[in-house]
Amino acid sequence: MQKIIDLAVLAAVLAAVGATALASQQGAQLHDSQYPDVDIAHGAGLYAARCAPCHGAQGDAVGGVNLRSGKFRNAITDRDLAGFIRVGSQAAGMPPFALDDTDMAGIIAYLRNMNSFDAATVKTGNVARGREVFEGKGSCTKCHRVGRVGSHVGPNLTDIGSVRSAGSIQRSLLEPTSQMMPVNRPVRLVTKDGTVINGRRLNEDTYSIQVMDERERIQSFLKSDLREYTIVKTSPMPSYKGTLSSEELSDLLGYLLSLKGPS
Amino acid sequence: MMTRSRLLLMCCAAALICLLSPRVHGQVTSQRLATANSEPQNWLTYSGNYQSHRFSLLDQITPANVKNLKLQWVYQSPVAGNWQTTPLVVDGVMYITQRPNDVVALDAVTGRAFWIYRYTPNPNRIVCCGANNRGVAILGDTLFMGTLDANLIAIEAKSGRQIWKTEVANTTSGYSITHAPLIVKDKVIVGVGGGEYGIRGFIAAYDVNTGKEAWRFYTIPGPGEKGHETWEACPPKADSFCDPEAWKHGGGSIWMTGSYDPQLNLTYWGVGNVGPDYAGAQRPGDNLYTDSVVALDVDTGTLRWHYQFTPHDVYDYDSVQVPVLVDNWGRTGINALVWANRNGNYYALDRATGRFLLGRPFVKVNWMSEFDERGRPIQTPQPPGQPTYPGNQGGTNWYSPSFSPRTNLFYVSAWEDYASIYGPSPVEYKEGRNFTGGGPRPFGPVPGAPGLSRAPINTWTEAAGHGAVIALDVATGDQKWKFNMTDVTDSGILTTASNLLFTGGREGYFQALDASTGTLLWKANLGAAINSGPMSYRVGTRQYVVTVSGLSLFVFALDE
Repeated sequence: MQKIIDLAVLAAVLAAVGATALASQQGAQLHDSQYPDVDIAHGAGLYAARCAPCHGAQGDAVGGVNLRSGKFRNAITDRDLAGFIRVGSQAAGMPPFALDDTDMAGIIAYLRNMNSFDAATVKTGNVARGREVFEGKGSCTKCHRVGRVGSHVGPNLTDIGSVRSAGSIQRSLLEPTSQMMPVNRPVRLVTKDGTVINGRRLNEDTYSIQVMDERERIQSFLKSDLREYTIVKTSPMPSYKGTLSSEELSDLLGYLLSLKGPS
Repeated sequence: MMTRSRLLLMCCAAALICLLSPRVHGQVTSQRLATANSEPQNWLTYSGNYQSHRFSLLDQITPANVKNLKLQWVYQSPVAGNWQTTPLVVDGVMYITQRPNDVVALDAVTGRAFWIYRYTPNPNRIVCCGANNRGVAILGDTLFMGTLDANLIAIEAKSGRQIWKTEVANTTSGYSITHAPLIVKDKVIVGVGGGEYGIRGFIAAYDVNTGKEAWRFYTIPGPGEKGHETWEACPPKADSFCDPEAWKHGGGSIWMTGSYDPQLNLTYWGVGNVGPDYAGAQRPGDNLYTDSVVALDVDTGTLRWHYQFTPHDVYDYDSVQVPVLVDNWGRTGINALVWANRNGNYYALDRATGRFLLGRPFVKVNWMSEFDERGRPIQTPQPPGQPTYPGNQGGTNWYSPSFSPRTNLFYVSAWEDYASIYGPSPVEYKEGRNFTGGGPRPFGPVPGAPGLSRAPINTWTEAAGHGAVIALDVATGDQKWKFNMTDVTDSGILTTASNLLFTGGREGYFQALDASTGTLLWKANLGAAINSGPMSYRVGTRQYVVTVSGLSLFVFALDE
């Protein structure tokens, strides 16, 4: 019962946000001009599960509201939309919906593109198959860790599906360097006695650097003790373009999007 | 500049190495915990070893050179409030907790963070008296922390990622966890706080891999359990309110870390005050196992023995002090458990049987006169309005003591010449509500004058009590020396193999004493009260000494 009420309330708020367009909105560049298809697709799945029961598949089941118009009465920017959904509206009877960053990016991308998005073209990745790719053909656990499986050498992905948008995750699979967080950059250190340490940067200040080394040890070095310190600008992660099929990539993306943190 | 392919190759090779070879660095086995003294560069448990000596075998810093100690680095907590953590240090990495329930991994040489784990406790939690966390425990590559909202959490030591979380008790009923867990074999052991909220206390062990509860020992025995008879029936015609089901909210909280004897396979825990704290008339009987030490089989949680320091307590004399294990006590061949209790007495017990060996005051005591042959105190309640010694905060409290096998002295942070006047009042239990049954007031020298305050203008003075470090002969309880402070102290004590003693106090001085004589050798004014136990570690060839003062963790060493 509670779920039904929540959905109804969400519909009411979307109604409050939705309705008709304001003249001032028209023509303005008020949100990101591009939404990755995978974000839209991810949002479509969320919409179907959480919004469609009240708003309908076409976004027009609540009187006076047509979400497919892409125009909203009380929300201009994407941030406005996120605020409505996260905070809710007592006046409209909507409780807050605590969507994580990944899901919020998806739902907004979908709301902005409902009119043009063709659900028939969406390939929804299979989470179970994606996990097989992650732990098998993709060899992702050789560097990454999910839960208690995998290596600490690369960034931990246990909650990647709540902190990165679907588009960002997809790009990281195809062009890893483009999505590499600066703090995660590989570093090569050579101490004054010639010891070479390769690792992933965890933290750094003027005088010291902290790394996860290739033997999965967290270590700290004073820069004054180093003969060489190189920040590598390219990711050691291979691109999966060409090595995984589009279906495997889709499944892998679906699995990564399902990673919402420790259970 | 490395090529991308070479980096990739290295990444994969490193992963392969890790898969094929056992990981040694950072892996803290239960064997390492049991033999912590063999690696004095590390600090692997809350009190430094299973015997809870808070004694470091490091000796680079000596009475001769301690005057040259210099500040190396400071870590400032971003969260205001009393900070009581004791760090762990494992192979150059320091793990601390900061309020409310963050865990931070720091480089022990520079103080720079590797990672921070943030946990937000339930905002509706009910926690008494400082709402603190005193540290983590480690096994393998996993850290364990109890939380203010009574959860137990396992965290990866390499990454700060949460592995599992187990609800230990219901926080909105007043349950919490504030102490560092104790790891023994494959179990992580914790107890629950909440003695001022009418909890029914317990100690429980959880599987380190899954967080599943392995056993639970209630510090307040239920019907049919041994000890329940000490929650006596109410008199037919009681003069005042009497609770026929007092045991259900009888307190017995756990808020300091226990100790472990691998040979006896027993773990020892101090149990907190009875609930309600002061209104004794409504809970007739001795009220076991409040204010007791309990010796539990570590595999099953079965009670092997107990000793109650303060039967039917009406003074809030929690017996949560860290149990200190001393082998061949007084050269008698007896492996003892020694204890400076909040009630003002120093005790020695046979830790195999619980047999009473010794009990004598280390501060002024007037709530009892002497012990009978079984070690039961003969109580001497003071007339209404008259002061009881020691006062409500005790002759000592939760502050970690230290035992030095080098000096054979036991060191305790004490409040001397300190008393309270108790005013009990009946109280009915309501879930999650204060359940103390009245309260004490400090015994002041000028009746009717404004209440005393401490720091930065200290009106407390010697007229109402003062702090001290007292060194006791571990076998006899004889006072060997005393170091007086003007203000009182909530600091723990660290001793070292070079006969140094480090401690603090509410005045904010971090000071080093000669452990044999109590002579002051060095001090630093850190500017705020020191409320934690100092510890020491070594990285490379350098020994460090650590304390927390106010919102900052200070690390000292000799200049290189």
